[in-house]
Amino acid sequence: MPANVEELKDLSAEDRGRLELAGLDVAETERSGSFFQIDQEIRHAHSGTEGIEVLPIAEALEKYDWLKDYFWRAVPKDKDRFTQFVAKQETQQGFAIIARKGARAIYPLQACLYLAGAKVQYVHNIVIAEEGAELHLISGCVSGAQTKAGAHIGVTEFYVGKNARVTSTMIHNWSESISVYPRSASIIEEGGVFLSNYVCMQPVRHIDMYPTANLIGENAVARFSSVVVAPPGSTLDLGSRAILAAPNTSAEIVSRMITRGGTIISRGEIRGQVPRTKGHIECRGLILEDGLIHAIPEIAGLVVDTELSHEAAVGRIARDEIEYLMSRGLDEETATATIIRGFLDVKIRGLPEMLQRQIDAAIDSAEAGF
Amino acid sequence: MLEITDLHVSIEEKEVLHDINLTIEDGETHVMMGPNGSGKTTLLRTIMGFGGYTVTSGRIVFNGEDVTHLPLHERAKRGMGMLYQRPPTIAGLKLGKLLDVTAKERAAQIPALAQELNMDRFLDRDVNAGFSGGEIKRSEVLQLLVQNPSFVMLDEPESGVDLENISLIGNATARLLEKDQHIVRRTKSGLIITHTGYILDYIDADYGHVLCDGVFKCHGNPREILKSVKTHGYQECIECQRM
Repeated sequence: MPANVEELKDLSAEDRGRLELAGLDVAETERSGSFFQIDQEIRHAHSGTEGIEVLPIAEALEKYDWLKDYFWRAVPKDKDRFTQFVAKQETQQGFAIIARKGARAIYPLQACLYLAGAKVQYVHNIVIAEEGAELHLISGCVSGAQTKAGAHIGVTEFYVGKNARVTSTMIHNWSESISVYPRSASIIEEGGVFLSNYVCMQPVRHIDMYPTANLIGENAVARFSSVVVAPPGSTLDLGSRAILAAPNTSAEIVSRMITRGGTIISRGEIRGQVPRTKGHIECRGLILEDGLIHAIPEIAGLVVDTELSHEAAVGRIARDEIEYLMSRGLDEETATATIIRGFLDVKIRGLPEMLQRQIDAAIDSAEAGF
Repeated sequence: MLEITDLHVSIEEKEVLHDINLTIEDGETHVMMGPNGSGKTTLLRTIMGFGGYTVTSGRIVFNGEDVTHLPLHERAKRGMGMLYQRPPTIAGLKLGKLLDVTAKERAAQIPALAQELNMDRFLDRDVNAGFSGGEIKRSEVLQLLVQNPSFVMLDEPESGVDLENISLIGNATARLLEKDQHIVRRTKSGLIITHTGYILDYIDADYGHVLCDGVFKCHGNPREILKSVKTHGYQECIECQRM
């Protein structure tokens, strides 16, 4: 990676294309703030919105003494060897996004974590939305067109304050030989809303993640949506967990998975720990070519008056559905692609239109491959 | 428009249609009746070209072209269309999106047609998911109006439809068959399966046929056939050897 790359637009046309596939706005016109890290080097961090700061994590820890109380609070330092690896590093990289009380960003903030040549890229990010704040984060995790091997370990801690609203949309665009270990968790206070969306339509060697939402305040809401495709050679071990720890909290986990020969393990867990809580897990898988889709939805109710449910289905495209569209004049290939695109179409309630479009575009980008 | 000659059809090596002959001219509407399981839907699906129906002999000629072995979508492209009695549900695919994909140059008409059929609220819904009987039929008719076929096959268009919807569907179906056009200018043809004959209140049919055990038993005036079936049932047709 040449040293003169300071902004996203300085990257090669091919790499800019890869960033765009991951939902990043290279010109940064429709973004209220931006963070850009190549390997272990932060190239820039800025916010154009009043009341919202985007800082390199090390600088933020120096600037705000109180921030250390958030460091390793949602994600335990000793969780596993990946968190331990990040914790023992001398210099921490990654971003801190702090939205002050009532601050609202109209446009999404974008974070680009770019793996160019490093063997391991690691980051520790913190996102804090104080009372009544609203922020939408889109993170594109991308490896360069020339990057053939490497690993990315990302710890992200979300703190959603009272009546705050945070959406996090993550679009991955790695390559066949890269392994990825996101470790993230959120703590959601009274009336807070946290939406987490994940899209991975491109090949990757291995992804392993199981983000947890802790709903600790009354009326808090968490929703996870993921749309993934596993080509041959990819192993995606994905899960989402919600702990309903306060009355009237609710959680929803929705996933759509397609294997074209790769392995997908789709985990999900909702724990209803107190009364008047609700949760639902829905996972649907489509097997286009022999591979593996292993859905493991778990619901655990600990008290009277928690309502939890799950549904999981794995199958193929039914012949009668394809013929139905063919009888309307579509050839078999178009009919199949139309059905698959429909299968992957997850409309996310409460997500700004701009981000929904970004998700749709990322899904469309892979459509040609079917 | 359509000419079927000496057609024999098998499903899983068992012959279910025997020696079917049927000619439908431009602008004509034919009605097909018959007991459950007599092969009416099989005939429609064979004409349309669905998988699982093997033509063992005979041929289907559509507008002068032998389409007996053409794939389904090629027949649709040549102007065949079908209204399903029980169409599949397609999870995730929005009705509006399906219409967009099939409409091509007629896309601009979708909103008006959807409104006419009282389906505008359904464009954002998954195709057929949780639709009532009447909603399914309205969705089917809407899809066909957008597709605009020259030969329409309707598989029990009135089944599962309440009285409120029947006139809406009846009138829209009449439009599919250009019943609003003068007989001389009418070019669209249809083949309709009906059990009740309610659809005949909206569509003047030219010919009626009775299919029993995979064999055409009777041809004639559709109203008269309907009246006879209503009075005597199909037993007379089954016993009837006058062919």
